[in-house]
Amino acid sequence: MLTGDAQKFYGLLFGIGFSTLLITQQLTIFVNLIERGASGVYNVPTAKVWVMDPVSRTTDVNYAMPSTALDQVRSVPGVEWAVPHLRATAAVRTGTGDLEGVSIIGVDDATLIGLPKNLVEGSLDVFAQPDTVVIDDVGINNMFEDGTDPIGQRLELNDQRAVIRGVADAIPSFTSQVTLYTKYSQALNYVPGTRNRMSFVLAGISDGETAEGVADRIEEQTGLKAETRDELAQAGVDFIIQNTGIPTNFGITVLLGFIVGVAIVGLTFSLFIRDNIKQFGALKAIGVTNAKIIRMVAVQAGLVGFIGYAIGVLGTVGFLAAFSGNPFFKGFYIPWQIPLISLGSVIVILAITGFIAIRSVLRTEPAAVFR
Amino acid sequence: MTQTQSAPSEAPEREVAICARGIVRDFEAGQSTIRVLHGIDTDIQPGEMTYVVGESGSGKTTLISIMCGILWPTEGEVRVFGTDIYNLSDTELVNFRLENIGFIFQQYNLIPSIDAAANAAVPLIAQGMALEPARRKAIELLDALNIGDQANKLPKQLSGGQQQRVAIARALVHEPRLVVCDEPTAALDAKSGRRVMDLLREVAVAEDRACIIVTHDNRIFDLADRILVLEDGRVTHDGTEMPDDH
Ligand SMILES: Nc1ncnc2c1ncn2[C@@H]1O[C@H](COP(=O)(O)OP(=O)(O)OP(=O)(O)O)[C@@H](O)[C@H]1O
Ligand SMILES: [Mg+2]
Repeated sequence: MLTGDAQKFYGLLFGIGFSTLLITQQLTIFVNLIERGASGVYNVPTAKVWVMDPVSRTTDVNYAMPSTALDQVRSVPGVEWAVPHLRATAAVRTGTGDLEGVSIIGVDDATLIGLPKNLVEGSLDVFAQPDTVVIDDVGINNMFEDGTDPIGQRLELNDQRAVIRGVADAIPSFTSQVTLYTKYSQALNYVPGTRNRMSFVLAGISDGETAEGVADRIEEQTGLKAETRDELAQAGVDFIIQNTGIPTNFGITVLLGFIVGVAIVGLTFSLFIRDNIKQFGALKAIGVTNAKIIRMVAVQAGLVGFIGYAIGVLGTVGFLAAFSGNPFFKGFYIPWQIPLISLGSVIVILAITGFIAIRSVLRTEPAAVFR
Repeated sequence: MTQTQSAPSEAPEREVAICARGIVRDFEAGQSTIRVLHGIDTDIQPGEMTYVVGESGSGKTTLISIMCGILWPTEGEVRVFGTDIYNLSDTELVNFRLENIGFIFQQYNLIPSIDAAANAAVPLIAQGMALEPARRKAIELLDALNIGDQANKLPKQLSGGQQQRVAIARALVHEPRLVVCDEPTAALDAKSGRRVMDLLREVAVAEDRACIIVTHDNRIFDLADRILVLEDGRVTHDGTEMPDDH
């Protein structure tokens, strides 16, 4: 019955599709955005344990340690290797004279641990040349909006010279700030500061050890804070959730998607029932039970709901595909939980509106058809 | 009801289709209660086309609604082919209607989104028959009603008379023993109304089947086997012809 009424069929499809799209798309952006709070961790896949000052909270909210911490960590059993890691912010002057805020990441001079896994341009050899920095790929768009080739560009950092000689394939940070990777020893020159400037010690673990076990041991022996990748990644995500209005804003949009769904679907449903109340009455008089009527409407609502849901999810996929070239959306994916959440929302929307609409059918006296 | 073998030599007495006794129906109207039916006693015989006529508001619709099991009487008892229908549980009554009663409404009330054959097949499908055999049976009947060629059309693609014939097919497809119609010709012009009633007479009247028709339509009174006249909720005439003063 429902599927035969084109106007209402498309109304329902639109309501559900729109709702699904809004919920799925907004949740996807939300999750991907807050996960960027952990990008600092994800960009260094080899580090199993991050050691830091006890007051440090995330990769970007950190308090520097004395350089002796490195040897302390190296002496902990189960630590296979440990390297210094520097993370700081600085102001950079570009060739055109603009001032730009950047993240400076100092990676171990010898092993280059701390660098993202892949370079999209240049090779690791460039670090042998003096004043080398490697820029992150998304950062290029901020620093060289006009499309200038970044390779070979000279920058000025804390009165020091820096030359871009490579581009790293990195997950952008939450703020998409430009990131410059350089050797640890070089980074010390770029970042003005006091004696203590080592932000983290990155550690690998020996075979047969777990990251948790080694981290606990490091904390015990050194009095420093040691976290596994997952712990520090989570801390970065939590920091964004706690310190930005993002959850509220996205929450409101998702709620709006739900409410719009309820409104459109509810309205269409009740119009459908109102238009067909005589037919429902006739079915009841003929001898169709309420249970059968409910089943009939539920099957049709389920069908429309499923198609609308599919449209909404495909719409989100299409949206991400369309914007895949946009650096803001770099690495965006749809976590499997999100389509489940929107499916749940669709079911709730249909159940609420369907229940309200069908009540009038159930209340209709079969005798009403003769009136 | 059924007679024993020792019955007299004349034909055994037929089972009455509807036996209504002391039917009273009140409606709440704001604070007060109005009595629409004042104790109606009547029997409807199978093999006959019984008309219920009377002025608007006289209680015709109320009476047949009670006789076919869709409206509870305030007082009284209705037996349809021997079953005391208002002593059945809700579900039993719904199933009783599904098995035994065919309905024809003034507004046809066909389902707009399914074709004529599917509409006519609704009672069979509700009884649990599979779609295909149900459709086949419905199409046979549509053929008999001369609209077999319209079987695949949606109701809105049919004329009023054609829609009412689909509705007649729906009322008869499951071979009910009682067919009730409320103003079946009211929405039709004189000619199609007449044709529909002729057809109804042909197909709905059978030895073991009763047909009750509520109507205003004096153009078709001549088709009745029996006419009941209602006035203010009372039967004031019961005969084969209309009374002279009408
Ligand atoms: N559900 C109801 N609630 C209140 N009053 C009702 C209800 N149904 C019928 N009535 C009243 O009962 C009376 C008889 O109604 P009914 O529909 O049986 O008349 P009718 O003879 O079929 O009239 P018509 O020829 O106009 O169809 C009317 O006065 C009507 O207002
Ligand atoms: Mg009436």
